[in-house]
Amino acid sequence: MDLSQSVLQGDRLALARLLTEIENDSAAGQQALNELFKHTGKAHLVGITGAPGTGKSSLVNQLALHFRKPNDGKPARWVAVVAVDPTSPFTGGAVLGDRVRMRELSGDDGVFIRSMATRGSLGGLAAATAGLVQALDAAGYEMIFIETVGAGQTEVDIAKLAHTTLVVNVPGLGDDVQAIKAGILEIADILVLNKADRPGVEAAERALLGMLKLGHPTKRAVFHHGQTMTAEVAEAKLSASDDWIPPIRRTVATEGKGIPELAEAIAGHRLHLEKTGGWKLRDRARLESEVENLLEQTLMTRWREKVNGKKYDSVLQELLERKLSPRQAVIGLLDGAMQ
Amino acid sequence: MSENKIRVLVAKPGLDGHDRGAKVIARALRDAGMEVIYTGLRQTPEMIAEAALQEDVDAVGLSILSGAHMALVPRVIDLLRKNGQDKVRVFLGGIIPDEDAPKLQELGVAGIYGPGSPTQKIIEDIRNSVRQAA
Repeated sequence: MDLSQSVLQGDRLALARLLTEIENDSAAGQQALNELFKHTGKAHLVGITGAPGTGKSSLVNQLALHFRKPNDGKPARWVAVVAVDPTSPFTGGAVLGDRVRMRELSGDDGVFIRSMATRGSLGGLAAATAGLVQALDAAGYEMIFIETVGAGQTEVDIAKLAHTTLVVNVPGLGDDVQAIKAGILEIADILVLNKADRPGVEAAERALLGMLKLGHPTKRAVFHHGQTMTAEVAEAKLSASDDWIPPIRRTVATEGKGIPELAEAIAGHRLHLEKTGGWKLRDRARLESEVENLLEQTLMTRWREKVNGKKYDSVLQELLERKLSPRQAVIGLLDGAMQ
Repeated sequence: MSENKIRVLVAKPGLDGHDRGAKVIARALRDAGMEVIYTGLRQTPEMIAEAALQEDVDAVGLSILSGAHMALVPRVIDLLRKNGQDKVRVFLGGIIPDEDAPKLQELGVAGIYGPGSPTQKIIEDIRNSVRQAA
């Protein structure tokens, strides 16, 4: 039976198989994604990032539990989790261990958890993460949590994929200078201070608050025709009261403390995006960046198919003999492929 | 695109709390280039089958030291088949008495490995078995 039809009808095994096809970038996976794309765009995509060991998986576990059984009278949502862990650059293997913290989600048909390895990608996600998220969106999951690899200072791809990005901090990880550096903190829509029962929580919160106060109202970089610009241009007509200042929420994920408040902040951010037009803006930025990535890959593949092996070797030889510069070599190779 | 990655679920069903063996295997399979989904201690057969389905694995490795294998393993295999995952190969490690082996193999266990089994043998068995199932 047709894979995408089975997925739309709620067949979980078909969904799992489809996710594998997408990860392997197979023709079947690509075709199913083409068919399913018109069913996407409904889910709230929530990214969770932060250094290794800050408790991202435990937070995802608690948030998923919360949205399955909200205590504020709201209906239960269908929840999916995509958890990314690193692939070894030496062997290509990976140990994906995020499910260890998510055992409480077991036995609930309204939850679907999928682990994936980065398979060589460096931005904190895998190349196929966006595709997996689309498939889960089309399958009807309403909240999709995307957990990045343990991230440092530059793994910021999640901000392009998610509507709402949570950056998880813990007490004792760094001072206020760390907090004003560029990178992971500035992609936060919500700052989570997990392990808030540990000493040093006040100092950590002060450092984060200090960073927020030094900062200017949110200007988000978006990609437009391959160039980075700030969303300010597109948002210029919005008044200052529409700015979102990332809230800080204290949690103790292992005990479920602070989770309702964090869930409320996530829902609040969604409302804010819908009210200010940010939802559409992020949708647009995400899809545009996805198209750019695909375009790059496709052009590269097509070029490889066309390039003449002998020509390639001869250009490489001229390069080694210093007769051509790398840039001249590229121009020569592109001409070769166009003939 | 090279050959697709082999995905293996490593799980410890039952109540014994020693997961060192499972972790050694997880690490060895990782170093052999496989993607290992590690689920941790005290998994029920239902949890294992559900994880195997969501993760669409090629093989499941079970580590059992408690002696409950004759109760747990058939249940896992049964659930995998019920879910339509007939092709998923099941491997078993831990303390498994020799006299239980024929019955387990008859149920569909693809390999049984006691203490001291060379990891290289386990890796090769998984590779061959998954290739045959494909």
